[in-house]
Amino acid sequence: MKKSEFLERLRKGLSGLPREDIDERVNFYSEMIDDRMEEGISEEEAVAEVGDVDAIISQIVTDTPIVKLAKERIKPKRKLETWEITLLIIGSPIWLSVLIAAFSVVISLYASVWAVIISLWAVFAAAVGTSLCGILLCVKQFEVDGNTLGGIAMIGASLICVGLSIFIFFGCEAATRGLVILTKKFFIGIKRIFIKEEM
Amino acid sequence: MDIQLKRGLLDICVLAAIKDEDSYGYKIIKDMKPYIELSESTLYTILKRLESANMLTVRTAEHGGRLRKYYRITKDGVKRIEEFKEDWKEIVSIYRFVTKEDGDEKK
Repeated sequence: MKKSEFLERLRKGLSGLPREDIDERVNFYSEMIDDRMEEGISEEEAVAEVGDVDAIISQIVTDTPIVKLAKERIKPKRKLETWEITLLIIGSPIWLSVLIAAFSVVISLYASVWAVIISLWAVFAAAVGTSLCGILLCVKQFEVDGNTLGGIAMIGASLICVGLSIFIFFGCEAATRGLVILTKKFFIGIKRIFIKEEM
Repeated sequence: MDIQLKRGLLDICVLAAIKDEDSYGYKIIKDMKPYIELSESTLYTILKRLESANMLTVRTAEHGGRLRKYYRITKDGVKRIEEFKEDWKEIVSIYRFVTKEDGDEKK
């Protein structure tokens, strides 16, 4: 890849960022490539050494705070007219409440997904609790009541619960892990929306 | 190396790379290469962080018909390196404690 193509792709990929930030990044990588070429490394090789442009863009986007991206996105390209500001203020009871409602919906959806995870763990805790109680009870059946059949039934029940809790543990762990990864992907996805629409 | 540990060390390494004389991006990477691997994107983030923490200053100068940014360490930056040296003494004593445990086990 030529230097010009690398920088062009970098600039395009970062187009959701503030203008000054993009210029600074592009100048930085341009300098890096030039310095390598000055040492006698060919243009193609110098670009390759700096790294994969898509990976670089991804890392920059991930490192940039979401607020900065959102700010840049909603920043008007020209100054607002007086009548537009007036309209925004008059309309605020409507658009502000819609915005708050939309935000609340997202938050509550997220909270309910976590609630499901918490309830899964509760099932796990219940299974562990039942197996422990079962073991205690079977001791009581044997020692205190002298009920051998009841005791054997209790041992069986406890063993089933132990087995279940092991199964449930792996399920819960996988679900929690999955949700954490999904949350990360979700935020990166939102960031990408801010950037992509500008292109 | 552990990522968290490396992240902490990289800041100090970049400061050390500009300690004796002003340096520029590619030179910093080259100077550090024998000791610790550092990508361009990471260096950019570190330089920005150190600049906003007043540990280094940036100036742009002409070089061979193009512009190049030079980084110079500040008093705060030098102080940070000194602090690191002090911290290191503590780390060495922790290291001794950790490896001593290993020695006991082998017996």
